[in-house]
Amino acid sequence: MPNTAIQVKGLQKSYKKLHVLKGVDFQVEQGSIFALLGGNGAGKTTIVKILATLLKPDGGTAAVNGFDVASEPDGVRQSISLTGQFAAVDEILTGRENLMMIARLRHLKNPRHVADDLLNRFGLAGAADRRVSTYSGGMRRRLDIAMSLVGEPQLLFLDEPTAGLDPEARIEVWKMVKELAGHGTTVFLTTQYLEEAEQLADRIAILHGGRIIAGGTLAELKKLFPPARVEYVEKQPTLEEIFLAIVGSGGPARQAARDGKKEAR
Amino acid sequence: MAATRRRFFSDMSVMLGRSLRHIFRSMDTIITVTLMPIALMLLFVYVFGGAIHTGTDNYVNYLLPGILLIAIASGISYTAFRLFMDMRRGVFERFHAMPIARSAALWGHVLTSLVSNAISVAVIILVALVMGFRSPAGVWSWLAAAGILALFTLALTWVAAIAGLSAKSVDGAGAFSYPLIFLPFISSAFVPTEPMPGPVRAFAENQPVTAIVEALRSLLAGQPVGNDIWLALAWCLGILLVAYIFAMRAYKRRSA
Repeated sequence: MPNTAIQVKGLQKSYKKLHVLKGVDFQVEQGSIFALLGGNGAGKTTIVKILATLLKPDGGTAAVNGFDVASEPDGVRQSISLTGQFAAVDEILTGRENLMMIARLRHLKNPRHVADDLLNRFGLAGAADRRVSTYSGGMRRRLDIAMSLVGEPQLLFLDEPTAGLDPEARIEVWKMVKELAGHGTTVFLTTQYLEEAEQLADRIAILHGGRIIAGGTLAELKKLFPPARVEYVEKQPTLEEIFLAIVGSGGPARQAARDGKKEAR
Repeated sequence: MAATRRRFFSDMSVMLGRSLRHIFRSMDTIITVTLMPIALMLLFVYVFGGAIHTGTDNYVNYLLPGILLIAIASGISYTAFRLFMDMRRGVFERFHAMPIARSAALWGHVLTSLVSNAISVAVIILVALVMGFRSPAGVWSWLAAAGILALFTLALTWVAAIAGLSAKSVDGAGAFSYPLIFLPFISSAFVPTEPMPGPVRAFAENQPVTAIVEALRSLLAGQPVGNDIWLALAWCLGILLVAYIFAMRAYKRRSA
Protein backbone atom coordinates (compact mmCIF):
# COMPACT_ATOMS: atom_id res chain seq x y z
CA MET A 1 0.00 0.00 0.00
CA PRO A 2 2.23 2.81 -1.16
CA ASN A 3 -0.27 5.62 -0.74
CA THR A 4 -1.83 4.70 2.57
CA ALA A 5 -0.11 5.96 5.70
CA ILE A 6 -2.67 4.56 8.14
CA GLN A 7 -5.21 1.80 7.61
CA VAL A 8 -7.57 1.04 10.48
CA LYS A 9 -10.25 -1.67 10.37
CA GLY A 10 -12.75 -2.63 13.04
CA LEU A 11 -10.61 -1.30 15.89
CA GLN A 12 -11.90 -2.22 19.37
CA LYS A 13 -10.67 -1.25 22.81
CA SER A 14 -12.15 -1.46 26.30
CA TYR A 15 -10.85 -0.27 29.65
CA LYS A 16 -12.34 -2.71 32.15
CA LYS A 17 -16.09 -2.20 31.66
CA LEU A 18 -15.82 0.91 29.54
CA HIS A 19 -16.13 0.08 25.84
CA VAL A 20 -14.31 3.03 24.27
CA LEU A 21 -13.78 1.93 20.66
CA LYS A 22 -16.53 -0.18 19.13
CA GLY A 23 -15.20 -0.86 15.65
CA VAL A 24 -13.37 2.14 14.23
CA ASP A 25 -12.57 2.28 10.51
CA PHE A 26 -10.65 4.93 8.63
CA GLN A 27 -7.69 5.45 6.38
CA VAL A 28 -5.18 8.23 5.99
CA GLU A 29 -3.35 9.02 2.78
CA GLN A 30 0.33 9.78 2.74
CA GLY A 31 1.25 13.44 2.83
CA SER A 32 -2.15 14.60 4.02
CA ILE A 33 -3.35 16.23 7.22
CA PHE A 34 -5.98 14.09 8.89
CA ALA A 35 -8.01 15.41 11.81
CA LEU A 36 -9.79 13.17 14.25
CA LEU A 37 -12.52 15.20 15.86
CA GLY A 38 -14.33 14.26 19.04
CA GLY A 39 -15.34 15.42 22.50
CA ASN A 40 -13.60 14.68 25.78
CA GLY A 41 -13.41 10.95 26.41
CA ALA A 42 -14.45 10.03 22.88
CA GLY A 43 -11.37 7.83 22.54
CA LYS A 44 -9.14 10.03 20.38
CA THR A 45 -6.09 9.55 22.57
CA THR A 46 -6.78 5.82 22.74
CA ILE A 47 -6.61 5.63 18.95
CA VAL A 48 -3.36 7.63 18.90
CA LYS A 49 -1.86 5.37 21.55
CA ILE A 50 -2.80 2.24 19.63
CA LEU A 51 -1.35 3.62 16.39
CA ALA A 52 1.84 4.70 18.18
CA THR A 53 2.24 1.16 19.66
CA LEU A 54 1.70 2.33 23.25
CA LEU A 55 -1.52 0.34 23.69
CA LYS A 56 -2.64 -2.97 22.30
CA PRO A 57 -6.05 -3.10 20.61
CA ASP A 58 -8.60 -5.69 21.78
CA GLY A 59 -9.83 -6.33 18.27
CA GLY A 60 -9.51 -5.22 14.66
CA THR A 61 -6.36 -4.29 12.78
CA ALA A 62 -4.28 -1.17 12.36
CA ALA A 63 -1.38 -0.70 9.97
CA VAL A 64 0.97 2.26 9.95
CA ASN A 65 3.15 2.77 6.87
CA GLY A 66 2.42 -0.84 5.98
CA PHE A 67 3.49 -2.25 9.37
CA ASP A 68 0.95 -3.95 11.61
CA VAL A 69 0.92 -2.18 14.99
CA ALA A 70 0.47 -5.42 16.93
CA SER A 71 2.93 -7.71 15.16
CA GLU A 72 5.53 -5.27 13.80
CA PRO A 73 5.76 -2.50 16.41
CA ASP A 74 9.45 -1.85 15.68
CA GLY A 75 8.69 -1.10 12.04
CA VAL A 76 5.98 1.32 13.13
CA ARG A 77 8.24 3.06 15.64
CA GLN A 78 10.93 3.58 12.98
CA SER A 79 8.62 5.68 10.84
CA ILE A 80 6.49 7.65 13.32
CA SER A 81 6.78 10.31 15.94
CA LEU A 82 4.38 11.09 18.76
CA THR A 83 3.61 14.45 20.27
CA GLY A 84 1.37 13.64 23.20
CA GLN A 85 -1.25 15.73 24.94
CA PHE A 86 1.23 17.22 27.37
CA ALA A 87 4.47 18.76 26.18
CA ALA A 88 6.84 15.86 26.89
CA VAL A 89 9.96 17.97 27.27
CA ASP A 90 12.66 17.71 29.90
CA GLU A 91 12.42 20.87 32.00
CA ILE A 92 15.86 20.65 33.52
CA LEU A 93 17.66 20.26 30.20
CA THR A 94 18.04 23.12 27.73
CA GLY A 95 16.16 23.20 24.45
CA ARG A 96 19.26 22.14 22.56
CA GLU A 97 19.96 19.27 24.96
CA ASN A 98 16.40 18.01 24.59
CA LEU A 99 16.77 17.88 20.81
CA MET A 100 20.23 16.32 20.96
CA MET A 101 18.96 13.64 23.34
CA ILE A 102 16.30 12.56 20.85
CA ALA A 103 18.80 12.71 17.97
CA ARG A 104 21.11 10.37 19.90
CA LEU A 105 18.25 8.00 20.67
CA ARG A 106 17.47 7.94 16.96
CA HIS A 107 21.14 7.16 16.30
CA LEU A 108 21.64 10.12 13.97
CA LYS A 109 25.12 11.04 12.76
CA ASN A 110 25.42 14.64 13.91
CA PRO A 111 23.09 15.39 16.86
CA ARG A 112 24.32 18.95 17.35
CA HIS A 113 23.77 19.84 13.73
CA VAL A 114 20.28 18.31 13.75
CA ALA A 115 19.45 20.25 16.92
CA ASP A 116 20.72 23.60 15.59
CA ASP A 117 18.76 23.11 12.42
CA LEU A 118 15.47 22.52 14.23
CA LEU A 119 16.11 25.33 16.73
CA ASN A 120 16.43 27.75 13.84
CA ARG A 121 13.40 26.40 12.06
CA PHE A 122 11.22 26.72 15.14
CA GLY A 123 12.47 30.13 16.20
CA LEU A 124 14.09 28.77 19.35
CA ALA A 125 17.71 29.55 18.50
CA GLY A 126 17.77 32.46 20.98
CA ALA A 127 16.53 30.26 23.82
CA ALA A 128 18.57 27.20 22.81
CA ASP A 129 20.81 27.18 25.87
CA ARG A 130 18.19 28.15 28.42
CA ARG A 131 16.55 25.52 30.57
CA VAL A 132 13.14 24.53 29.31
CA SER A 133 11.65 25.37 32.73
CA THR A 134 12.02 29.04 31.71
CA TYR A 135 10.10 28.58 28.44
CA SER A 136 6.55 29.82 27.84
CA GLY A 137 3.76 27.37 27.02
CA GLY A 138 4.01 28.16 23.31
CA MET A 139 7.78 27.68 23.26
CA ARG A 140 7.43 24.36 25.04
CA ARG A 141 4.92 23.17 22.49
CA ARG A 142 7.19 24.27 19.65
CA LEU A 143 10.13 22.44 21.21
CA ASP A 144 7.89 19.43 21.77
CA ILE A 145 6.95 19.31 18.09
CA ALA A 146 10.55 20.01 17.04
CA MET A 147 11.60 16.98 19.12
CA SER A 148 9.09 14.91 17.21
CA LEU A 149 10.64 15.97 13.92
CA VAL A 150 14.14 14.79 14.78
CA GLY A 151 15.08 12.16 12.22
CA GLU A 152 12.33 13.32 9.82
CA PRO A 153 9.65 10.72 10.52
CA GLN A 154 7.19 10.05 7.70
CA LEU A 155 4.20 10.27 10.00
CA LEU A 156 3.59 12.65 12.88
CA PHE A 157 0.92 12.15 15.54
CA LEU A 158 -0.25 15.32 17.24
CA ASP A 159 -2.61 14.65 20.12
CA GLU A 160 -4.50 17.88 20.84
CA PRO A 161 -1.53 20.03 19.86
CA THR A 162 -3.12 23.34 20.82
CA ALA A 163 -4.90 22.40 24.06
CA GLY A 164 -4.07 24.96 26.71
CA LEU A 165 -2.28 27.38 24.37
CA ASP A 166 -3.09 31.07 24.01
CA PRO A 167 -4.42 32.26 20.63
CA GLU A 168 -1.04 33.45 19.37
CA ALA A 169 0.71 30.21 20.20
CA ARG A 170 -2.17 28.28 18.66
CA ILE A 171 -1.81 30.13 15.37
CA GLU A 172 1.93 29.49 15.47
CA VAL A 173 1.31 25.75 15.82
CA TRP A 174 -1.19 25.82 12.96
CA LYS A 175 1.33 27.53 10.73
CA MET A 176 3.92 24.92 11.60
CA VAL A 177 1.62 22.01 10.89
CA LYS A 178 0.75 23.46 7.47
CA GLU A 179 4.43 23.84 6.66
CA LEU A 180 5.14 20.27 7.65
CA ALA A 181 2.43 18.89 5.42
CA GLY A 182 3.81 21.07 2.64
CA HIS A 183 7.09 19.17 2.99
CA GLY A 184 5.32 15.83 2.56
CA THR A 185 5.01 14.70 6.19
CA THR A 186 1.75 12.95 6.97
CA VAL A 187 0.08 14.56 9.97
CA PHE A 188 -2.51 12.80 12.12
CA LEU A 189 -3.99 15.19 14.63
CA THR A 190 -6.74 14.97 17.19
CA THR A 191 -8.67 17.97 18.36
CA GLN A 192 -11.85 19.01 20.05
CA TYR A 193 -11.83 22.42 18.38
CA LEU A 194 -13.92 22.40 15.25
CA GLU A 195 -12.12 25.46 13.95
CA GLU A 196 -8.78 23.71 14.18
CA ALA A 197 -9.95 20.81 12.03
CA GLU A 198 -11.48 23.25 9.58
CA GLN A 199 -8.26 25.27 9.37
CA LEU A 200 -5.80 22.44 8.94
CA ALA A 201 -7.22 19.18 7.78
CA ASP A 202 -7.50 17.74 4.29
CA ARG A 203 -9.80 15.10 5.66
CA ILE A 204 -11.79 15.03 8.88
CA ALA A 205 -13.28 12.10 10.76
CA ILE A 206 -15.72 12.53 13.61
CA LEU A 207 -15.42 10.02 16.44
CA HIS A 208 -18.54 9.62 18.53
CA GLY A 209 -19.91 6.79 20.64
CA GLY A 210 -16.93 4.57 19.80
CA ARG A 211 -17.34 4.79 16.04
CA ILE A 212 -16.47 7.12 13.16
CA ILE A 213 -19.88 8.61 12.46
CA ALA A 214 -18.83 10.88 9.59
CA GLY A 215 -15.74 11.38 7.51
CA GLY A 216 -14.48 13.14 4.42
CA THR A 217 -13.23 16.50 3.23
CA LEU A 218 -14.68 19.64 4.74
CA ALA A 219 -16.70 20.20 1.54
CA GLU A 220 -18.09 16.66 1.74
CA LEU A 221 -19.03 17.09 5.36
CA LYS A 222 -20.77 20.37 4.60
CA LYS A 223 -22.90 18.63 1.98
CA LEU A 224 -24.30 16.39 4.69
CA PHE A 225 -26.05 19.34 6.21
CA PRO A 226 -28.72 21.72 4.95
CA PRO A 227 -27.37 24.26 2.44
CA ALA A 228 -26.13 27.57 3.75
CA ARG A 229 -28.67 30.36 3.97
CA VAL A 230 -27.75 33.92 3.20
CA GLU A 231 -28.28 36.26 6.14
CA TYR A 232 -27.14 39.80 6.67
CA VAL A 233 -25.59 40.29 10.10
CA GLU A 234 -23.41 43.13 11.27
CA LYS A 235 -20.02 41.52 11.82
CA GLN A 236 -18.62 42.32 15.24
CA PRO A 237 -14.95 41.57 15.81
CA THR A 238 -14.44 38.46 17.90
CA LEU A 239 -12.59 38.76 21.18
CA GLU A 240 -9.75 36.84 19.59
CA GLU A 241 -9.41 39.41 16.81
CA ILE A 242 -9.47 42.22 19.37
CA PHE A 243 -6.86 40.46 21.47
CA LEU A 244 -4.56 39.90 18.52
CA ALA A 245 -5.00 43.45 17.26
CA ILE A 246 -4.13 44.94 20.66
CA VAL A 247 -1.24 42.61 21.39
CA GLY A 248 -0.13 43.26 17.82
CA SER A 249 2.91 41.03 17.94
CA GLY A 250 4.54 39.45 14.87
CA GLY A 251 3.02 40.32 11.51
CA PRO A 252 2.85 36.73 10.21
CA ALA A 253 0.84 35.47 13.17
CA ARG A 254 -1.71 38.23 12.75
CA GLN A 255 -1.82 37.68 9.04
CA ALA A 256 -2.37 34.00 9.61
CA ALA A 257 -5.16 34.83 12.02
CA ARG A 258 -6.84 37.04 9.45
CA ASP A 259 -6.36 34.44 6.73
CA GLY A 260 -7.78 31.87 9.06
CA LYS A 261 -10.86 33.97 9.72
CA LYS A 262 -11.37 34.63 6.03
CA GLU A 263 -11.16 30.98 5.15
CA ALA A 264 -13.43 30.05 7.98
CA ARG A 265 -16.20 32.36 6.84
CA MET B 1 20.15 -9.97 19.42
CA ALA B 2 23.63 -8.47 19.47
CA ALA B 3 22.28 -5.39 17.71
CA THR B 4 19.49 -5.07 20.26
CA ARG B 5 21.99 -5.33 23.08
CA ARG B 6 24.26 -2.72 21.56
CA ARG B 7 21.23 -0.49 21.10
CA PHE B 8 20.24 -1.05 24.72
CA PHE B 9 23.59 0.13 26.05
CA SER B 10 23.86 3.17 23.81
CA ASP B 11 20.24 4.14 24.56
CA MET B 12 20.78 3.61 28.25
CA SER B 13 23.87 5.80 28.29
CA VAL B 14 21.82 8.61 26.72
CA MET B 15 19.16 8.11 29.43
CA LEU B 16 21.82 8.00 32.14
CA GLY B 17 23.36 11.21 30.81
CA ARG B 18 19.96 12.83 30.97
CA SER B 19 19.13 11.96 34.54
CA LEU B 20 22.67 12.63 35.76
CA ARG B 21 22.24 16.17 34.45
CA HIS B 22 19.13 16.39 36.63
CA ILE B 23 21.25 15.67 39.70
CA PHE B 24 24.15 17.91 38.89
CA ARG B 25 21.89 20.80 37.92
CA SER B 26 19.82 20.60 41.06
CA MET B 27 22.38 19.88 43.74
CA ASP B 28 19.65 20.81 46.22
CA THR B 29 18.44 17.19 46.04
CA ILE B 30 21.82 16.03 47.32
CA ILE B 31 21.79 18.72 50.01
CA THR B 32 18.27 17.77 51.19
CA VAL B 33 19.23 14.11 51.23
CA THR B 34 22.41 14.64 53.25
CA LEU B 35 21.15 17.34 55.59
CA MET B 36 18.80 15.21 57.69
CA PRO B 37 21.26 12.34 58.27
CA ILE B 38 24.02 14.81 59.15
CA ALA B 39 21.70 16.58 61.60
CA LEU B 40 20.82 13.20 63.14
CA MET B 41 24.48 12.36 63.41
CA LEU B 42 25.25 15.66 65.19
CA LEU B 43 22.26 15.18 67.49
CA PHE B 44 23.14 11.65 68.47
CA VAL B 45 26.85 12.23 68.88
CA TYR B 46 26.81 15.56 70.72
CA VAL B 47 23.43 15.48 72.53
CA PHE B 48 22.33 11.90 73.22
CA GLY B 49 25.70 10.28 72.71
CA GLY B 50 26.96 10.93 76.25
CA ALA B 51 24.06 8.94 77.69
CA ILE B 52 24.27 6.07 75.24
CA HIS B 53 26.51 3.17 76.20
CA THR B 54 27.48 1.05 73.24
CA GLY B 55 30.60 -0.50 74.62
CA THR B 56 32.79 1.45 72.19
CA ASP B 57 34.77 4.56 72.95
CA ASN B 58 34.00 6.18 69.60
CA TYR B 59 30.24 6.64 69.12
CA VAL B 60 30.65 8.17 65.61
CA ASN B 61 32.17 4.88 64.47
CA TYR B 62 29.21 3.03 65.97
CA LEU B 63 26.63 5.37 64.46
CA LEU B 64 27.90 5.93 60.92
CA PRO B 65 26.60 2.75 59.20
CA GLY B 66 23.02 3.43 60.35
CA ILE B 67 23.25 7.07 59.28
CA LEU B 68 24.39 6.00 55.81
CA LEU B 69 21.40 3.66 55.49
CA ILE B 70 19.04 6.47 56.50
CA ALA B 71 20.60 8.71 53.85
CA ILE B 72 20.09 6.05 51.16
CA ALA B 73 16.51 5.38 52.28
CA SER B 74 15.65 9.06 51.89
CA GLY B 75 17.74 9.47 48.72
CA ILE B 76 15.83 6.87 46.73
CA SER B 77 12.55 8.76 47.13
CA TYR B 78 13.88 11.18 44.48
CA THR B 79 14.06 8.29 42.04
CA ALA B 80 10.39 7.56 42.72
CA PHE B 81 9.65 11.24 42.18
CA ARG B 82 11.57 11.43 38.87
CA LEU B 83 9.93 8.26 37.56
CA PHE B 84 6.51 9.57 38.50
CA MET B 85 7.14 12.90 36.76
CA ASP B 86 8.42 11.20 33.61
CA MET B 87 5.31 9.11 33.49
CA ARG B 88 2.91 11.96 34.13
CA ARG B 89 4.54 14.37 31.71
CA GLY B 90 4.43 11.80 28.92
CA VAL B 91 8.23 11.60 28.64
CA PHE B 92 8.07 7.80 28.83
CA GLU B 93 5.38 7.75 26.14
CA ARG B 94 7.63 9.72 23.86
CA PHE B 95 10.49 7.27 24.46
CA HIS B 96 8.26 4.24 24.05
CA ALA B 97 6.93 5.38 20.70
CA MET B 98 10.53 5.49 19.47
CA PRO B 99 12.58 2.54 18.24
CA ILE B 100 14.62 2.20 21.43
CA ALA B 101 14.98 -0.51 24.05
CA ARG B 102 12.05 0.02 26.41
CA SER B 103 13.77 -0.78 29.67
CA ALA B 104 16.60 1.68 28.87
CA ALA B 105 14.53 4.57 30.24
CA LEU B 106 14.04 2.77 33.55
CA TRP B 107 17.66 1.65 33.91
CA GLY B 108 18.84 5.20 33.30
CA HIS B 109 17.00 6.28 36.45
CA VAL B 110 18.21 3.29 38.45
CA LEU B 111 21.88 3.88 37.65
CA THR B 112 21.46 7.58 38.37
CA SER B 113 20.16 6.65 41.80
CA LEU B 114 23.38 4.71 42.43
CA VAL B 115 25.48 7.71 41.45
CA SER B 116 23.53 10.28 43.48
CA ASN B 117 23.42 8.08 46.58
CA ALA B 118 27.15 7.43 46.27
CA ILE B 119 27.71 11.19 46.33
CA SER B 120 25.48 11.59 49.42
CA VAL B 121 27.27 8.75 51.20
CA ALA B 122 30.67 10.28 50.39
CA VAL B 123 29.57 13.69 51.73
CA ILE B 124 28.32 12.14 54.99
CA ILE B 125 31.52 10.12 55.45
CA LEU B 126 33.52 13.34 55.06
CA VAL B 127 31.43 15.03 57.76
CA ALA B 128 31.86 11.97 59.98
CA LEU B 129 35.63 12.16 59.53
CA VAL B 130 35.55 15.74 60.77
CA MET B 131 33.48 14.56 63.76
CA GLY B 132 36.09 11.98 64.68
CA PHE B 133 35.19 8.91 62.63
CA ARG B 134 38.26 6.73 62.19
CA SER B 135 38.60 3.41 60.43
CA PRO B 136 41.56 1.04 60.52
CA ALA B 137 39.99 -1.00 57.68
CA GLY B 138 42.01 -1.86 54.60
CA VAL B 139 41.10 -1.39 50.94
CA TRP B 140 39.29 -4.72 50.64
CA SER B 141 37.11 -4.07 53.66
CA TRP B 142 36.22 -0.63 52.30
CA LEU B 143 35.41 -2.13 48.91
CA ALA B 144 33.21 -4.76 50.57
CA ALA B 145 31.42 -2.02 52.55
CA ALA B 146 30.94 0.00 49.36
CA GLY B 147 29.59 -3.11 47.64
CA ILE B 148 27.01 -3.71 50.38
CA LEU B 149 25.95 -0.06 50.31
CA ALA B 150 25.62 -0.19 46.49
CA LEU B 151 23.57 -3.38 46.69
CA PHE B 152 21.37 -1.86 49.39
CA THR B 153 20.89 1.26 47.21
CA LEU B 154 20.02 -0.87 44.20
CA ALA B 155 17.50 -2.92 46.19
CA LEU B 156 15.78 0.15 47.64
CA THR B 157 15.86 1.92 44.26
CA TRP B 158 13.76 -0.87 42.78
CA VAL B 159 11.39 -0.53 45.73
CA ALA B 160 11.24 3.18 44.88
CA ALA B 161 10.57 2.28 41.24
CA ILE B 162 7.46 0.32 42.25
CA ALA B 163 6.20 3.37 44.15
CA GLY B 164 7.08 5.82 41.38
CA LEU B 165 5.51 3.70 38.65
CA SER B 166 2.27 2.90 40.45
CA ALA B 167 1.64 6.08 42.46
CA LYS B 168 -1.39 8.21 41.72
CA SER B 169 0.08 11.45 43.07
CA VAL B 170 3.46 13.07 43.73
CA ASP B 171 2.93 12.71 47.48
CA GLY B 172 2.18 9.02 47.07
CA ALA B 173 5.37 8.56 45.09
CA GLY B 174 7.48 10.03 47.90
CA ALA B 175 5.61 8.88 51.02
CA PHE B 176 6.71 5.24 50.88
CA SER B 177 10.24 6.13 51.99
CA TYR B 178 9.19 7.31 55.49
CA PRO B 179 8.89 3.80 56.96
CA LEU B 180 12.21 2.92 55.31
CA ILE B 181 13.87 5.91 56.95
CA PHE B 182 12.39 4.90 60.30
CA LEU B 183 13.53 1.27 60.14
CA PRO B 184 17.12 1.94 61.33
CA PHE B 185 15.78 3.40 64.60
CA ILE B 186 14.40 -0.01 65.58
CA SER B 187 17.68 -1.79 64.94
CA SER B 188 21.17 -1.83 66.34
CA ALA B 189 22.04 1.29 64.31
CA PHE B 190 21.86 3.75 67.24
CA VAL B 191 21.86 1.62 70.38
CA PRO B 192 22.58 -2.04 71.15
CA THR B 193 19.48 -4.22 70.98
CA GLU B 194 20.06 -6.05 74.28
CA PRO B 195 18.21 -3.62 76.60
CA MET B 196 15.11 -3.46 74.33
CA PRO B 197 11.92 -5.18 75.58
CA GLY B 198 11.30 -8.70 74.23
CA PRO B 199 9.13 -8.25 71.10
CA VAL B 200 10.92 -5.04 70.02
CA ARG B 201 14.26 -6.74 70.46
CA ALA B 202 13.09 -9.76 68.46
CA PHE B 203 12.02 -7.45 65.61
CA ALA B 204 15.18 -5.35 65.80
CA GLU B 205 17.49 -8.33 65.68
CA ASN B 206 15.75 -10.02 62.78
CA GLN B 207 15.11 -7.13 60.42
CA PRO B 208 17.47 -6.41 57.50
CA VAL B 209 18.89 -3.13 58.80
CA THR B 210 20.51 -4.76 61.83
CA ALA B 211 22.31 -7.37 59.73
CA ILE B 212 23.48 -4.73 57.25
CA VAL B 213 24.54 -2.30 59.97
CA GLU B 214 26.46 -4.99 61.86
CA ALA B 215 28.22 -6.13 58.70
CA LEU B 216 29.19 -2.56 57.77
CA ARG B 217 30.34 -1.77 61.32
CA SER B 218 32.60 -4.82 61.45
CA LEU B 219 34.02 -4.11 57.99
CA LEU B 220 34.79 -0.46 58.80
CA ALA B 221 36.28 -1.43 62.17
CA GLY B 222 38.56 -3.88 60.42
CA GLN B 223 37.11 -6.77 62.42
CA PRO B 224 36.00 -10.21 61.22
CA VAL B 225 32.43 -9.93 59.87
CA GLY B 226 31.19 -13.43 60.61
CA ASN B 227 27.72 -14.42 59.53
CA ASP B 228 26.34 -10.89 59.33
CA ILE B 229 27.76 -10.20 55.89
CA TRP B 230 26.02 -13.22 54.38
CA LEU B 231 22.79 -12.31 56.11
CA ALA B 232 23.17 -8.72 54.84
CA LEU B 233 23.82 -9.91 51.28
CA ALA B 234 20.87 -12.30 51.42
CA TRP B 235 18.53 -9.53 52.59
CA CYS B 236 19.75 -7.10 49.90
CA LEU B 237 19.57 -9.64 47.09
CA GLY B 238 16.16 -10.87 48.26
CA ILE B 239 14.66 -7.37 48.40
CA LEU B 240 16.32 -6.55 45.08
CA LEU B 241 14.86 -9.58 43.32
CA VAL B 242 11.30 -9.20 44.63
CA ALA B 243 11.25 -5.43 44.07
CA TYR B 244 12.69 -5.81 40.58
CA ILE B 245 9.97 -8.28 39.58
CA PHE B 246 7.17 -6.06 40.87
CA ALA B 247 8.70 -2.88 39.42
CA MET B 248 9.05 -4.48 35.98
CA ARG B 249 5.46 -5.67 36.20
CA ALA B 250 4.29 -2.14 37.07
CA TYR B 251 6.41 -0.74 34.25
CA LYS B 252 4.98 -3.12 31.66
CA ARG B 253 1.45 -2.45 32.87
CA ARG B 254 1.99 1.27 32.54
CA SER B 255 3.58 1.04 29.11
CA ALA B 256 1.73 -1.97 27.63
